[in-house]
Amino acid sequence: MRTVMSPEGDIGMSNAKMEKINLLVTGVGGQGVVLASDIIGETALAAGYDVKKTDTLGMAQRGGSVLSHVRLAPRVWSPLIKDGTVDLLLALEKLEAARWSHFLRPGGIAIVNNYEQPPLSVSLGQEKYPGDGAIAAALKRRTDQVYFVDGTVRVKELGNVRTLNIFMLGCFSVFSPLDVETWRESIARRMPENIREINLTAFETGRKEIEGVRIGKS
Amino acid sequence: MEKTLQLISGNEALALGAYHSGVQVAAAYPGTPSTEILENLARFKDIYAEWSTNEKVAMEVAMGAAYTGARAMVSMKMVGLNVASDPFMAASYTGIIGGLVIICADDPQIHSSQNEQDNRHYARMAKIPMLEPTDSQDAYDLMGYAFDISEEFDTPVMLRTTTRISHSKSVVDLNRTRKVKNDSPAFFFNQQKYIMLPVNALPRHALMEKRMLKLKEYTETFPLNQISWGKRDLGIVTSGVAYHYAREVFPEASFLKLGMTWPLPEKMIKDFAGQVDRLIVVEELDPFLEDNIKSMGVEVTGKEFIPLVGELNTQIVTDSSIGVGLIPESEKILPPAEGLPKRPPLLCPGCPHTGIYFVLNTLGQRTKLLKSKDDGPQEPKLIITGDIGCYTLGAYPPLSVLDTTACMGAGIGQALGMARAGVKSKVVAIIGDSTFMHSGITGLVDAVYNQGHITIIILDNRTTAMTGHQEHPGTGISAQGEETFAVDIESLARGIGVKDIKVINAFDIKALRNGVKDSLDREEVSVIIVRGSCAMRVRKRANPRKIDVEKCTQCNYCLSLGCPAIQSADGQVFIEPTLCAGDICTICEQLCPLKAISA
Repeated sequence: MRTVMSPEGDIGMSNAKMEKINLLVTGVGGQGVVLASDIIGETALAAGYDVKKTDTLGMAQRGGSVLSHVRLAPRVWSPLIKDGTVDLLLALEKLEAARWSHFLRPGGIAIVNNYEQPPLSVSLGQEKYPGDGAIAAALKRRTDQVYFVDGTVRVKELGNVRTLNIFMLGCFSVFSPLDVETWRESIARRMPENIREINLTAFETGRKEIEGVRIGKS
Repeated sequence: MEKTLQLISGNEALALGAYHSGVQVAAAYPGTPSTEILENLARFKDIYAEWSTNEKVAMEVAMGAAYTGARAMVSMKMVGLNVASDPFMAASYTGIIGGLVIICADDPQIHSSQNEQDNRHYARMAKIPMLEPTDSQDAYDLMGYAFDISEEFDTPVMLRTTTRISHSKSVVDLNRTRKVKNDSPAFFFNQQKYIMLPVNALPRHALMEKRMLKLKEYTETFPLNQISWGKRDLGIVTSGVAYHYAREVFPEASFLKLGMTWPLPEKMIKDFAGQVDRLIVVEELDPFLEDNIKSMGVEVTGKEFIPLVGELNTQIVTDSSIGVGLIPESEKILPPAEGLPKRPPLLCPGCPHTGIYFVLNTLGQRTKLLKSKDDGPQEPKLIITGDIGCYTLGAYPPLSVLDTTACMGAGIGQALGMARAGVKSKVVAIIGDSTFMHSGITGLVDAVYNQGHITIIILDNRTTAMTGHQEHPGTGISAQGEETFAVDIESLARGIGVKDIKVINAFDIKALRNGVKDSLDREEVSVIIVRGSCAMRVRKRANPRKIDVEKCTQCNYCLSLGCPAIQSADGQVFIEPTLCAGDICTICEQLCPLKAISA
């Protein structure tokens, strides 16, 4: 099932070469957020951009929420992105998308994996996991360009749930000014031989999925 | 040329910078955010790299190596320098022969530490030069300068980084290749230099003061102290990552970016100040640059509006600057979405700490303690002093098993102090295996020597887990992956004189409960070694547990373990098969009162 929550918008980023992009990648410790943001950075460097990327990890690697800032431009200063200036939010988990929604710039893009990993406080009944409506509403404070994708379902069909991060890169790549071949090369470079093919397949699946969501909406 | 450009972290850049500068000996104890420096160096087999028992030993290893003319370095997180401060001061007095670089990684914002001390003060106290990178390129370049300065001025050099620099990736031109300056290190007899008896130390102090005068001249021409002129109405002195935030907030201002922050280039600063209408300092944590610039008689502001607490970012520098009229009001930022559940870090599924923590939680009636915390002061039934590692996460609910956490190794001494002060409750100290090696051993010796009736629980997961699984003296594997001697904790404790020592399987709840009860009843120092491999290191995961919904009554007892694999949706508890550690753990299965959990 595809959940489409936003009208077809002006992507703006896929056509001309963007001057600069501020990107947030988020998810839960263990989902591969850091590797995904590394690959984005390496792809951008290969395409000739100046790049900075920084993760908020610390103790969060033990199942906590993880956030990577990636910035591409002719010259990048701060590694951290200023509030309200994120062009694209790539979320591997729904709650984490809402958590960082205030970083989006007006009219930015959010690509959200339609997957719920309840924090312990939710399992213990102390707090409530927000409904899809509340998550979409948090994002829509800033933008109508909110795309929900069924990444976890798709990569389960592929037979390897650990490829979710690369699937999500596939979704992002459609909006990015970076050449698809450069993407494939940097993914291949980072993956050991035994999981290279399945990750490249996950990347293609992500590309198709997001195109489907975009077209499906019109 | 293109090929030398790489996207690497500050820590990788420091390691490569040191390697290309010909470092021969490197020592460290793991600590966020410094760990990856030695990890990256250890991969080079043509140097010697070690995980030392603690930062003090690491500093001494590097000192010894530098005395022979080899280039040596030591890396640590900021609190590590507290541990290493004794040899650190001594190294400043004796000086070196081969370059000695001390990398200190501060943690503004306390991402993973116990404080946010500003270690720049240490450079001033020890009267040694200090360099500060602003990004990975600076980190790479400054390592080269650091060794050269060290040798030229006969001094250790401190290179101070922060979490944001160490853990951010930026583009680096790796434009050097490895050159070793002295390939036949040797130690030469020189008692006046190396023996810090009063007769030698006093003249060495005088030499240090002369050295500082020379360094003050040097810093005036240091290539990475750079002025970039913009408009003259605002001049900004800055260093470290704060430079980038300031560049972004004040794109038109003039900048003095300092790569060498001790000693400061007084002439350069005064000259810069004289050419701008208003001078400010943008720096993280303490007003280190600001206070020292003020003491030159230069009018400057900084901490009047830039926060003292926490790390900076572009938003904070913007908001602070609006407050004092440096920039105009900008659009209101959107607040974070409200009412979202938090997602704090947890012990992993299959963690060997969960079982013993559950036992301590129930024996110590910790859940009740937590619920009645508003009823006024009360002594826990079981006082549990904690330490630094993954197991500090046991302080969070639902386990809530720790009463204190101060610094590496503190728990044992604190437990003894409480027992000797005469608390009514039993006192237990919790410490991990790597932390025990680091600074728990001396505490245990003290407890045995001074006969405190405390129980020390050593959580032996066979690795330094929190910082990403580094080896330590108990694992028998060196930093460079070679097999070495493994220090046996049990024999060590026995040798110290502990009579009651139990080694218990971390995944056997009944044995853990009986063991703890028995030790608590004894009128002597007792040690319990809880042994079980870190779950992140166990590759084979078989037979995730399942909950039989027919038998389950939703008593939620299993949820009180705080295991991330045990979740609840729509009122039904379930075990997420992709997270469960399966056969290696089975703790929930052992606990379930209805026997509803099985493979």
